[in-house]
Amino acid sequence: MTFDQILFYVFSFWFIASSLAMIFSRNAAKAVLFLILSFFSAASIWILLEAEFLAITLILVYVGAVMVLFLFVIKMLNIDKSTLRAKFTGYLPLGLLVAAIIIVEMTLVLGGNQFGLDIVTAPARHAADYSNITVLAMQLYTVYVYPFELAAVLLLIAIIASITLVQRNELNRKKQSISEQVNVQAKDRVRLVSITTPSKEDK
Amino acid sequence: MVSLSDYLILSAIIFCIGLVGIFVNRTNIITLLMCVELILVAVNTNFIAFSHFLGNEAGQIFVFFILTVAAAEVAIGLAILTLLFRNKGTISVDVTNSLKG
Repeated sequence: MTFDQILFYVFSFWFIASSLAMIFSRNAAKAVLFLILSFFSAASIWILLEAEFLAITLILVYVGAVMVLFLFVIKMLNIDKSTLRAKFTGYLPLGLLVAAIIIVEMTLVLGGNQFGLDIVTAPARHAADYSNITVLAMQLYTVYVYPFELAAVLLLIAIIASITLVQRNELNRKKQSISEQVNVQAKDRVRLVSITTPSKEDK
Repeated sequence: MVSLSDYLILSAIIFCIGLVGIFVNRTNIITLLMCVELILVAVNTNFIAFSHFLGNEAGQIFVFFILTVAAAEVAIGLAILTLLFRNKGTISVDVTNSLKG
């Protein structure tokens, strides 16, 4: 067993174990912490696959921002645990059956006969001066520049939508009053002012 | 060496764990969102494994966009969750039956 395989199995064990602990934990905050551990394991596996930029992005964006947002919401909402866990085990046998069938089918389809090392050979490791970020940036800013711009617009829309959804009062909101607009009179709009112009003889 | 099928089977297992999580946690919307995140990470692992073994960087670009969309989804989902808690007082799925669906 090579060193790569040892690393892969260690990270896979923690990935699967922390994911199982996440879905079966009764406390939502503990579930978030287990999900953080499984994201770290996933990032380690992505580094094994030489996707360093995406692994660091997963840790920075997901663990750093999204999971903290989850924790913030969980702590902000006072969640009653007893009502949420009333039907905890009701659908567990059906879920386990569906999952077992899917795993068996996927293992048959994706097993070593179709995607083994003798079918898809492992590529050679890159040299030490290979930069994953440079390769991704060359693709992202040339071929995929329009999808990149669309992703930026999507994030802007997400910001605006989430702020608009949770805004409660009408503080500092610019809005138009239809009734005042309809009932407006001419004297409200135009004000005639008589101005006396100085004549030339006064100077 | 680790073969491509090992990575694919790993991500299939993670996908199924996320699916079971949706089954058993179906009353808690926060845990449902976290299970969706787990499923997305499994799919991303698939993309990166194929990108590595086929020597094509397009898979990693796709994962980049999936991460963007997932972040937007979580932001809006948690905003809706806050709104639901403010109006209903709970975040259980059982109370969200206003549409009589």
